[in-house]
Amino acid sequence: MNAPASPAAFSGATAPASGGLGVSIRRLSRHFGAKRVLENVDLDIPAGQFVAIIGKSGCGKSTLLRLLAGLDTPTSGTIGFTGARDDAAVRIMFQEPRLLPWQRVLANVEVGAPARLQGEERHARARALLAEVGLAERAGEWPAVLSGGQRQRVALARALASGPRVLALDEPLGALDALTRIEMQALVERIWREQGFTAVLVTHDVAEALALADRVILIDQGRIALDLDVPLSRPRRRGSPELAALEGQILSRLLGG
Amino acid sequence: MSLAETRSPAADRLPTARKTVPLRRRLAGLEGRLAGWVLPLLLVVLWEALSRAGIIAPNVLPAPSAVAGAGWQALKSGELLHNMGVSTLRALAGLAVGGLIGFVLGIANGLWDLTFRYTDTTLQMIRNVPHLALIPLVILWFGIDEEAKLFLVSLGVFFPVYINTLHGVRSVDPQLIEMGRVYGMSPFTLFRRIILPGALPSIFVGLRFALGIMWLTLIVAETIAASSGLGYMAMQAREFLLVDIVVLAILIYALLGKLADVLTRQLERACLQWHPAFQKPGSAP
Repeated sequence: MNAPASPAAFSGATAPASGGLGVSIRRLSRHFGAKRVLENVDLDIPAGQFVAIIGKSGCGKSTLLRLLAGLDTPTSGTIGFTGARDDAAVRIMFQEPRLLPWQRVLANVEVGAPARLQGEERHARARALLAEVGLAERAGEWPAVLSGGQRQRVALARALASGPRVLALDEPLGALDALTRIEMQALVERIWREQGFTAVLVTHDVAEALALADRVILIDQGRIALDLDVPLSRPRRRGSPELAALEGQILSRLLGG
Repeated sequence: MSLAETRSPAADRLPTARKTVPLRRRLAGLEGRLAGWVLPLLLVVLWEALSRAGIIAPNVLPAPSAVAGAGWQALKSGELLHNMGVSTLRALAGLAVGGLIGFVLGIANGLWDLTFRYTDTTLQMIRNVPHLALIPLVILWFGIDEEAKLFLVSLGVFFPVYINTLHGVRSVDPQLIEMGRVYGMSPFTLFRRIILPGALPSIFVGLRFALGIMWLTLIVAETIAASSGLGYMAMQAREFLLVDIVVLAILIYALLGKLADVLTRQLERACLQWHPAFQKPGSAP
C-alpha cells in the first residue's frame, strides 16, 4: 500500500493540474419521466474540498454524481467549474472496477492517461500510478487474477492517470470487505492530500463519509437536506467521540426524517 | 501448450520435488496429448483384424492396410494431392467470402440499430432455408464450375459467423462501453479496444461452427456437382467400385476436420489469453 511513486515520473502527472476545480451547481434538476430525481439543487464546492454525498438508495445521489461527471444531462439547471477545464479534468471511479479483462493491468491504467502522452511516456505514467496504489509488481498480470480490492486500486490508478482536478467516486468501496475498505479509504485520503483534486464521494456509509470528507451532504427526495462541515483533523481516528457524535446526528436525520 | 510445459514453473518453486516430478509430468503431458488417438487407433486395429479374419468382406469395407495402399498409389500419381488441394482452396475461399460478409454484417447490425432493423428479418428468413436445398438452382445458375461451390460454402458459413458476431457485439458489457466513453475514447478506439475484444469469444464459437458447415457443404457440393476435388474423387471411385478410394476419401475428411479444429483452437488460445477459460494453470497467483 505504501510503495512510493517514482517522483520524476509523477511530477509530470500532477504539475499541470495543481489543485482542484471549484464546482458550482445552480438550480439543477433531473427528471426521468414523471419522477423528479433531483429538484432545484444548489451546491458550491470550493476547489480541493473532499465532499461526501450520502442518502438512502434512490435519493438521487448517484444521479447527481453522473451529472457532475458528464454521464448524463440535466433536465434544467447548470453545473459550472471554476478554472481551466479540459476533457480529462473530471474523472469518475465506478462502483465496479470496470477493467478491460483483455488488457493487462498496465494497459488498463493507460486507458486513463491523457491523449497528449504517447508511447514510453504513457507507460511511465501508468507505472508511476500503479506504484502509487501499491501494485507496481502486478503490472503484467491479467485483471482476472487480482482480488476485488486490487482491481479497485487499478481502477483508482486509471482514474488518476490523467491528473484529474475533480474526482467523482460512485460508491467505489461498496463491494469490498471491511478491512480492504479501510485500507482503500486511507489510500484515497493519502492520494487526495498529495494531489489536491476536488473529491466528490457518493456513499451510503455514514462512517466512511465522516472518515474522509471535509463536508457531508445529505440528499433526501431530490433535495439537499443537510450540509454539515466536518472540522476534524486528519488522519481521523475511527471511533473517536467527535466522529460518533456527528454520525449520530446524521443518522438521526437520515432515519428520523 | 502441453501439461508438461505449463506446469514447469510450479515445479521450479518446489526444489525438493524437482528430481521426480518432471519425468512424471512429462509422461502425463504425453498421455494428455495422445489420449484422444487411442480409440481411433484401437478401432483401426480391430477393423484390420476383422478384415483379415474374413468377417468383413473387402467389397463392403476394405482393410485399413488396403485403404493405406490405395492412398499411397493415389499419392504417388499426384491425384490425391491435387484433389485435396482443390478442395482445400474451395473451402478456404468460401470461408473467406462468407465469413467476411457474416463478420461485417454481424458487426454492423450489432452496432447500429438502423441496419439491424432493415436487414435482420431478411437474413433470418434466408437462414431458415437449408442452403443445400439450393443445389439444383445453383447448378442451373453456375453449372458445376467453381462459382457453384464458392456460393454454397459462402452461404453455409455466413450464418454461424453472422449470428455469433452479432450476439458477441450485443453482449459486450455496457458498463465497459460507458467507461470507454467517459475516458474519452473515440468511436474507433472504443470499437478496437472494447467492442471487438469483448465480442471475440463469441466470434470464435461462430468460426468453429462455420468450419463444420464448410466441410459439410463442400463435400455435398463436390459429390453432386464437380469435376475435381475429394468429393468428386469419391464419386468417381464409386462408379468403378473402388471401395478403398471411397473409404480413403471419408478418412481424409475426418482428418481435415480435425486439423481445422486444432488450428482454430490454437488461434483461440493465442487471441483469448486473457480469458479465464484459456489461462494456464501455472500463471494463477
